Amino acid sequence: MSVLVPLAPDPDAALSRRNPVAKLTAAGIVTVAMLVSLDPVTPAVLLAIEAVALPFSGVRLGTLLRRSWPLLLGIGGVVVANLVGVQGGDVLVEIGPVDVTTEGVESAAAVALRLLALTLPGIVVLAATDPMDMADALVQRWRVPARFAYGALAALRLLPLLSADWHMIGRARRARGLDAGWSPVGRLRAFTGQVFAVLVAAVRRGVRLAAAMDARGFGTAGVERTVARPQPMRPADWALVAGTAGAVLLAVAVSVALGAWRPPFA
Amino acid sequence: MRTRPHEPVNAPVGAAAPVAVDLRGWGWRHGGRHAWALRGVDLRLAPGERVLLLGPSGAGKSTLLSALAGLLDAGSGGEQEGALTLDGRPAAEVRSRAGLVLQDPEAALVMARAGDDVAFGLENRGVPTDEIWPRVDEALLSVGFPYGPDAPTAALSGGEQQRLALAGIVALRPGLLLLDEVTANLDPDGAALVRQVLAEVLDASGATAVVVEHRVEQVVDLVHRAVVLEPGGGVAEDGPPAEVFGRAGARLAARGVWVPGRRPVVRRPAPVTAGPALVRAEEVAFRYPAAHREALPATDLTLCAGEAVAITGPNGSGKSTLALCLAGLLRPTGGDVVAQPALDPPRPARPPWRWRGRDLVTRIGTVFQDPEHQFVASTVRGELLVGPRHAGATVTAAAHRADELLDRLGLARLAAANPFTLSGGEKRRLSVATAIATAPKVVVTDEPTYGQDALTWGALAELLADLRDAGCALLTVTHDEQLVGAIADRRLALG
Repeated sequence: MSVLVPLAPDPDAALSRRNPVAKLTAAGIVTVAMLVSLDPVTPAVLLAIEAVALPFSGVRLGTLLRRSWPLLLGIGGVVVANLVGVQGGDVLVEIGPVDVTTEGVESAAAVALRLLALTLPGIVVLAATDPMDMADALVQRWRVPARFAYGALAALRLLPLLSADWHMIGRARRARGLDAGWSPVGRLRAFTGQVFAVLVAAVRRGVRLAAAMDARGFGTAGVERTVARPQPMRPADWALVAGTAGAVLLAVAVSVALGAWRPPFA
Repeated sequence: MRTRPHEPVNAPVGAAAPVAVDLRGWGWRHGGRHAWALRGVDLRLAPGERVLLLGPSGAGKSTLLSALAGLLDAGSGGEQEGALTLDGRPAAEVRSRAGLVLQDPEAALVMARAGDDVAFGLENRGVPTDEIWPRVDEALLSVGFPYGPDAPTAALSGGEQQRLALAGIVALRPGLLLLDEVTANLDPDGAALVRQVLAEVLDASGATAVVVEHRVEQVVDLVHRAVVLEPGGGVAEDGPPAEVFGRAGARLAARGVWVPGRRPVVRRPAPVTAGPALVRAEEVAFRYPAAHREALPATDLTLCAGEAVAITGPNGSGKSTLALCLAGLLRPTGGDVVAQPALDPPRPARPPWRWRGRDLVTRIGTVFQDPEHQFVASTVRGELLVGPRHAGATVTAAAHRADELLDRLGLARLAAANPFTLSGGEKRRLSVATAIATAPKVVVTDEPTYGQDALTWGALAELLADLRDAGCALLTVTHDEQLVGAIADRRLALG
């Protein structure tokens, strides 16, 4: 459950002040660029730009690593799979029955660079965006239905409570004599029972939350909802989008100039 | 950062015109039920009048509040008769005129930050952006909210959360304020502060108010008038509170209403000499991971057979933590809990938190603050079979024990019911029954009397006293001084 904790954003980061919709757009531009560039040069250039820009975002490196370790672990797995899975060219190292070849290394490097260049902006954006601001901006700028955006936002608030429920229900079940015991079957049964109890508790919380939102006039027909926190697109927000687009174009241009750029289906 | 137009709090305190309430022959039947929750209710409230709604459990007090808030929906299969109007219009059409505050503040808060939560209702009502934040500040000020609008709602105490929930309603300037047991879940200090704030808010707004509260003496000063509801019927008594209690006090008390000046009589247990020690906390301390301060500083406590110990103290002093450690449900981070030979601990010798569940339930039984956390079966009778069966009792022995407990706690007619469908008092009695079904020698209870009516309160106090007299070691965590006085032989005050 501790994975849920890093969802709290850093309000001091410079990037936190930008409109969430602008940040999402910027991350989207990078994603598209990475989808259409299969070579290692484009992501390498882009990563270099991202590394230079990172200090200006205000997101600390430690925060970033703490949030991204599950992703880094996943990328590491993909890299290893490419190292040993892609065979061709010269054999560089032999580890028992496994050969690491030059093509394997190239493939692993390209994949690692692309995944890093792709995920880094997403993680930075999440680390520097308050969920409340995100919901406000989605509703105000992209016309996402309020029922969906604020419903999801309120549900997000319940997540840490789930962790507390998990511990409390575990204790209560032990107090009833329903703990795991030694056998794996017993453990599995106890675990399943506890998961079910927590899900039931979560549903009940959700129902009560929906009732509380209704009781305060949420979704009342015929009333135009107003906004407490306007989320305008300021010049700096447009600059963020334009800057990102410029960086992506630069990376592709460098790659094309070096003759390395490789689009999909080519 | 969020854009927040900041303005000084100098806007005039806004108050909506108080609402006139009119019920004529009004009744409501919940979907799928045969009996009417309320029927034939005739009641008129002048604008600005404040009324205390009384009646035994099941008299439909909360149903009436929901109806006044316009939240009873005929679409849910319910059936309405008669008329219920606010300022002459059906309540469901003028929902914005009424504001309802409920018992559990955590269930009422929607947003992660205090100011955003208060603003939420204003946004929904279409209040212009530049008016929202002044009204949020004004509402937070009016309830004495001690932090700024950026305070995270999750970190607030129960009393602070309830004041914030009240601010969320006050900001909407309702002409009719509906208060459903708003202090029942709070510790005494938090409850006292909420009541004080309520008095100020009611005076400042001049709104009409309908108040439901178990602990009547605590709110009787807030109201002008008391109304007694009959279960399934109409208004049985109506008048100034002192007159109503004079006429109907005995009748109400006999049906579980906490009437001022009348307290349930608990047979004061005969003083006994405590038996052998059963379990001992030795320098037990607890610190949450990454917490700066210990949740429970090193504490010693010995529980002896035939002795009732009460743990008291303010919120956050580690009362429940100590109880969980002694109950074998939490591993202390300092010191340890040692089972004494008289408890017949399982071999090899280990602290209770390492025992198997089945070894634990036959020695130490625990009643949680929220009874629902304890329910694991689909019927009331099934709940009582779980513990004994896991502890190795035969089917016959477990069934015998279950039936005996059902009779003793007055739950026999509910044997086949789903535990989650019981009333609050019935849930509480069942949760106690599940803990003692395995005949443990140590019984630990956490706030067993929270929010209970006087009848359930009396039954619980008797039951706990009986357990002690039968030779159990009893540990009770409580804010309820009346309960401490009724059953405790000894008190450990923390904090």
